[in-house]
Amino acid sequence: MDDDRVFKALADPTRRHLLDRLFERDGRTLTELESELEMSRFGVMKHLRVLEDAGLVVPRRQGREKLHFLNPVPIRLIHDRWIDKYTEHRVAALADLKHTLEDQSA
Amino acid sequence: MSTVTQTQTAQVYSVFIRATPQQVWEAITTPEFSHKYFHGARLTITPDSYSSVTDGGADLVTGSVLEFDPPRRLVHTWRAMYSPELAAEDESRVTWEIDQRDGGLTYLTVTHDQLEGAPLTAVGVSGEGWMHVLSGLKTLLETGESLYV
Repeated sequence: MDDDRVFKALADPTRRHLLDRLFERDGRTLTELESELEMSRFGVMKHLRVLEDAGLVVPRRQGREKLHFLNPVPIRLIHDRWIDKYTEHRVAALADLKHTLEDQSA
Repeated sequence: MSTVTQTQTAQVYSVFIRATPQQVWEAITTPEFSHKYFHGARLTITPDSYSSVTDGGADLVTGSVLEFDPPRRLVHTWRAMYSPELAAEDESRVTWEIDQRDGGLTYLTVTHDQLEGAPLTAVGVSGEGWMHVLSGLKTLLETGESLYV
């Protein structure tokens, strides 16, 4: 809905790191996320809040715990804005090539 | 490209749509709408039955309706029938939550969980799967046009 919020949320390395953690394993508690960052609980909460406002993280209650899920839809909508289905396979082919070549050199 | 290192047994997808909850509900539960955004599937969902079929009437997904509360909440089970490998897996569960927001917006959240016994389904619906459906649903309701030509 609000691309500005998504770009702003993604502009911060700590917030991208939080999304990376959720991408590896989704549905984590604040305590789990906090344990992997050199940051206060309050700091992590603040970043999660920005991600939630941008719709990139969705909190779900499960019993007594609040779990955080990565929601990739806003990023997909930004993708759709500039990449239509005709250009997608060309973009994907180049992205695949880049990843293949870079993985070989690693 | 990126790969999910561990397939998620619970997946959550949300999107804001400029439409009323009633419009979103109808788009989810009726075949004329679903055909235009849900990978071509014709969905008919009533309080006691869930049907998702191709134009020819073949089952794409089967399930049973667990909760039916228009236009707010829909819960149903999910078994993909479009490949034998998927059909052999355990049933999983899909929850649709439709939340009216200010400014003529509706916040739609899809949670696909209980995927522990359906690892191939979990991979299939992640990434492109649900995102494509939600992106198409948003486009259809906001512009009246299908993402497909």
